[in-house]
Amino acid sequence: MKIKILIGVIVLCLLVIYSTAYIVDETEQVVITQFGEAIGEPKLNPGIYFKIPVIQVSNYFPKNLLEWDGDPGQVPTLDKTFLWVDTFARWKIIDPLKFFRTVNNLTGAMGRLDDIIDPAVRNFITSFPLIETVRATNREMDTFEIGVDQSKDQERNLGEVNTGRKKIVEGILKQAQPKLDQFGIELVDVAIKRLNYVEDVQKSVYERMIAERKQIAEKFRSEGQGEARKIEGNVEKELKRITSEAYRTAQEIKGKADAESTYIYAQAYEQDPDFYYFLRSLEVYRKSMKKDTSLILSTDSDLLKLFKDYESGRK
Amino acid sequence: MAWDWDKLQSQRKSNPDRDTGIPPGIEDVFEKIKRSKGKLPGGMWLIILAAIIIFLGSSCFYTVGVNEVGVVQRFGKFERITKPGLNFKLPRGIEKVTNVKVDFVFKEEFGLRTLGPGVRTRYAPGSSYLNESLMLTGDLNVAVVPWIVQYRIKDPYKYLFKVNNVTSTLRDLAESSMRLIVGDSSINEVISKREEIAIQAKNFLQKELDNAETGIKIVAVEMKKTNVPEPVQPSFNEVNQATQEKEKVIYQAKEQYNKVIPAAKGDAEKTIRSAEGYALDRVNRAEGDVSRFRSLYTEYAKSKDVTRKRLYLEAIEEILPKLGEKYIVDANQKNLLPLLNLGKSQGGSK
Repeated sequence: MKIKILIGVIVLCLLVIYSTAYIVDETEQVVITQFGEAIGEPKLNPGIYFKIPVIQVSNYFPKNLLEWDGDPGQVPTLDKTFLWVDTFARWKIIDPLKFFRTVNNLTGAMGRLDDIIDPAVRNFITSFPLIETVRATNREMDTFEIGVDQSKDQERNLGEVNTGRKKIVEGILKQAQPKLDQFGIELVDVAIKRLNYVEDVQKSVYERMIAERKQIAEKFRSEGQGEARKIEGNVEKELKRITSEAYRTAQEIKGKADAESTYIYAQAYEQDPDFYYFLRSLEVYRKSMKKDTSLILSTDSDLLKLFKDYESGRK
Repeated sequence: MAWDWDKLQSQRKSNPDRDTGIPPGIEDVFEKIKRSKGKLPGGMWLIILAAIIIFLGSSCFYTVGVNEVGVVQRFGKFERITKPGLNFKLPRGIEKVTNVKVDFVFKEEFGLRTLGPGVRTRYAPGSSYLNESLMLTGDLNVAVVPWIVQYRIKDPYKYLFKVNNVTSTLRDLAESSMRLIVGDSSINEVISKREEIAIQAKNFLQKELDNAETGIKIVAVEMKKTNVPEPVQPSFNEVNQATQEKEKVIYQAKEQYNKVIPAAKGDAEKTIRSAEGYALDRVNRAEGDVSRFRSLYTEYAKSKDVTRKRLYLEAIEEILPKLGEKYIVDANQKNLLPLLNLGKSQGGSK
């Protein structure tokens, strides 16, 4: 019997320990409540703690980074483009006591976050032009293909980026954070996860993209044609240049040769122009008189004067 | 041995009841078994005891896989990180171990899903995950950007305790980082400079992950085939085609050029060469003529009259036989007209 009592006592002890001790995990923090009223400091550090069984209840809250996913929805921008925006935020419970008193549990907290972050996101996106939400910096982008240089002038004016997405997101955070203090919540950051055109806008954007591309394609084609014409023109020009240059050179060469030969002849024949005339005449006779040439010679001529008067040759 | 000491210490400190409670219990049970031999009244106790011992004993050792570490928590508080192999800990209820794969490279896919990896990996149709991959570019166009993120767990402590749902945090951050980078690039850059965008996204994402204390190290951000949305694709192809066409037309023109110009150059060369030939001809002939004249003249100068006559007569001698009709007319005959018809009617006779 003694043994049985002893065992009973042991079991009882274990039960008491089991119901008084509680473990706080690394990822948790605990608020102890007594009849629904928070008692003592919240347990922020992990480890084993004790409480009065039955009367006191331990309420666990996560201590690590929690996530909040916004309800994706349509938001118009300042320039009246409808966007489909999906945001998310990360938050922490920094004051579990406040948190327990004001929102009680995670589901409640999510509701409050919805109420506060969603309007903040809307406020910011509606008060900036589309480009500010999309872009982060004002850096120069490579918007057109290499070679289509003139299109720079025709480029759509996208507008200046003065704020950028990072600052918009920071703005949302700054607007939402103070409102969450009262719940013991720290909003670590808010970010835009997805950002798209709504379906109707998307269709017209596609059409614009297609038109833009077609225009670029057309530009390439006509550039090709232009380039080809230029080359064809070059062919003609080159052709004329080459033939005319050759002609000029040839004429120059010939002219020089003519001049040189004239000089050579003149130098020699200058000695006795009369003799040259005589010789050259004979040469001409030789060449020009042929079979079909009829010759009428007078007996007066030098050749035939002997015919009439044999004496006349000896003068 | 330090481990044993820890165990002893902690048992004494945090759970003194169990220390003093259980061992006497065991002795008592043994004693009872000894006393009541054969009757088996303590049989029930024995079974319960064995169950408890097995239960506690089995939770006293654990194995950590090759690419893992074990994270041990004592009463919820982080205690130590253990290496791969067989390890011991305090029984269940006191110490808890979580194995974390630290060397394993995890993969998250965005805008695509691998259906079956293999030599030819199959992917789920991209259109089903368009909401993940459709993005606004900096020039307010729309691009389809599927990508994957590979990561390792660098800090198991942070990974386990600092963030509530690491995977979904990673996915959210990855999407927002990628959209931020793509949102600041033009559609052309998104399509042609994927590598740069991937690097930028990786750096940005790593910074965000560090800020969030996820304990994750990004191994790689890899862009899959970036493209424009399907309805726009034909027009992008048209641009490519137009580029080809442009080059084709230019090449054709160049072909024409190459066909005509070298031939023309040859022709020009020919013209010049023949002119040079002409020049040589002229000069040589002139020199020849002149040299002949000079030689002749030298002799002529010696006896002018005779030579002159000789040359004259020689020439006449040579010419006259070649001629067809010859008429000799008396010097006194004035009227030549009647003679002119002679050749036509009578032939060469007089």
